[in-house]
Amino acid sequence: MDIFIQQIINGLVLGSIYALVALGYTMVYGIMGLINFAHGEIVMIGAMVALTVVKLLVNSGLPVFIIILIALAGAVAVCMAVGYSIERIAYRPLRRAPKLAPLITAIGVSIVLQNLAMLIWGRNYHAFPPILPDAQFDIYGATITSLQVTIVLIAALMMAGLIVLIHRTRLGRAMRATSENPLIAQLMGVNINQIISFTFVIGSALAAVAGLMVSANYSIVHFYMGFMLGLKAFTAAVLGGIGNIAGAVLGGILLGLIESLGAGYIGDLTGGFLGSHYQDVFAFFVLICVLIFRPSGLVGEKISERA
Amino acid sequence: MMTLAHSLGAWRCDKRAAIAATIAMGLMLAAFPFMIGSALGNSWLRIVDFALLYIMLALGLNIVVGFAGLLDMGYIAFYAVGAYLYALLASPHFGLHLPVWLIIPAGAVLAGVFGVLLGAPTLRLRGDYLAIVTLGFGEIVRIFLNNLNAPVNITNGPQGVSGIDPIHLGGITLAKPLSILGFTISSLHAYYYFFLALALLIVFITIRLENSRIGRAWVAIREDEIAAKSCGINTRNIKLLAFTMGASFGGVAGGLFAGFQGFVSPESFNLMESVMVLCMVVLGGMGNIPGVILGGILLTILPEVFRHGAGPVQMALFGKILLDPEALRMLLFGLALIVVMLYRPAGLWPSTTRRREFRGESTTDALKEGE
Repeated sequence: MDIFIQQIINGLVLGSIYALVALGYTMVYGIMGLINFAHGEIVMIGAMVALTVVKLLVNSGLPVFIIILIALAGAVAVCMAVGYSIERIAYRPLRRAPKLAPLITAIGVSIVLQNLAMLIWGRNYHAFPPILPDAQFDIYGATITSLQVTIVLIAALMMAGLIVLIHRTRLGRAMRATSENPLIAQLMGVNINQIISFTFVIGSALAAVAGLMVSANYSIVHFYMGFMLGLKAFTAAVLGGIGNIAGAVLGGILLGLIESLGAGYIGDLTGGFLGSHYQDVFAFFVLICVLIFRPSGLVGEKISERA
Repeated sequence: MMTLAHSLGAWRCDKRAAIAATIAMGLMLAAFPFMIGSALGNSWLRIVDFALLYIMLALGLNIVVGFAGLLDMGYIAFYAVGAYLYALLASPHFGLHLPVWLIIPAGAVLAGVFGVLLGAPTLRLRGDYLAIVTLGFGEIVRIFLNNLNAPVNITNGPQGVSGIDPIHLGGITLAKPLSILGFTISSLHAYYYFFLALALLIVFITIRLENSRIGRAWVAIREDEIAAKSCGINTRNIKLLAFTMGASFGGVAGGLFAGFQGFVSPESFNLMESVMVLCMVVLGGMGNIPGVILGGILLTILPEVFRHGAGPVQMALFGKILLDPEALRMLLFGLALIVVMLYRPAGLWPSTTRRREFRGESTTDALKEGE
């Protein structure tokens, strides 16, 4: 039983991170109908920047809390700038282009960012300095660290903030209008270029936070880390119903739980035939099953048959 | 390859010119490996052989993405199926050494079956949902290849299968220099001709498919599935057929790859490879056969040019290696993808109809303009 609880905790932590990244995918998709393939790399850039700042300041004598805050600010600023420029350079000129063209530039951007990171930070794995307090709590035999609690709380807070932003503010209304119908939104006086840029910037900020969380929790940063993470987060967004904010949160947490429970129990379920290295298979298998029965995700709107 | 399209175009207008063009083209293709071999060396000849394999792959994916408009991001799985089938049936791993003429068609059939396996449950999905499911499918195949070494060792896991038999036809093996009529050609040349023959066969099949009833049905589904259905097209079967045909081409290319390389491992079939083949199709000009061939050639050659260029150019400019050549090469490659798509959003060589459509610029929905 304690293993079960432990896996649930791990799944929640992983799921919160997935959810934060998935939000970036889903917001961009909702507004532009575009898979922002480079989003995972933004997470990686965020993790790298945060790590660099932490390493610079680790011996400065500042309190840990301040160091993390500065690192976070740096990562968020850099990621926002990167997200904004990606949209300006690689996506905006292609808004009227055939649908697959921006997908290819997105792949190009992803390759560029990955290799840029490799040039700047090298191809080694970096370890996150162990500066964080490692208080542990005991829950029915399972342990949860203070870091894990913080991750889940911050993620929840940010998601709540985003939902308030989208549903309660003028800007959020403009975003929803743009996603509904950009042309009409424009007629109503919405500056859609601004809104789209803003969407990218917000998504990138969330990605930066997720990047810091990943590097702090799993203590490993690598130029290639964004790829798989981005893939999983995108899977989560689709699982929930892409373009839907609540769906991304639900999908992210669900995917995190599925993965860690899958990793823990897949061996028992299959009588030892499949080991824990099949956890990705498990995740994708669940995705495929869900999509067979709900082709537009768990909470996605039914896509109208396009005429 | 440019002349190929021209000769094909000319075929319809003037037979005599066409025959002349075809002969000239044939001679050029026949002489090509010798020019490359003597001018640039054998490593480039190897790259040309790979380019031919990628052309086959890109043409296969073009059926699914370009003709039928189904975004498949796990295409490399079929390549893997073909390659592993060859590797398991013709290597010391199981002690089996079946003949090539049996394995390659078997690879095509097995890959086709996998195509149906992927296609059948995903028929209801659209656009990007299909993309993520196919992507997941590709990853699942790769993970299984990576882990099926226990409890029963089938794929030999991450180490891959080595010592695979080279491609041999009748009593002739392509792995050793061949002498025909007192004229000796090296193994790489022999592979070139063999791959070229199969690539041309696949080009021929795709051209015939494109202009057939089936090809028109694919395009109809791509343009508007509901309209296609109401015109009496059995969209389910036609879509499945697209998946199967595309997959079987991938299976053939995979078998050839295994025989050529002599070694397969799951690493050769990761997601990036699928993405690469997709880039070939889209960058070349989706749905247009000469464009796709061009895309296949360019995207195979370009990284190699950068690979060979990145180190020496830095040495010449700065006297030392400032930037990691491997990272620099992919960086340039990524930039090339972006720049090409920005300047030619419909691909380098789009079909005439697509180009016209794109210029015609429908203004109904400026932002979310459809495919």
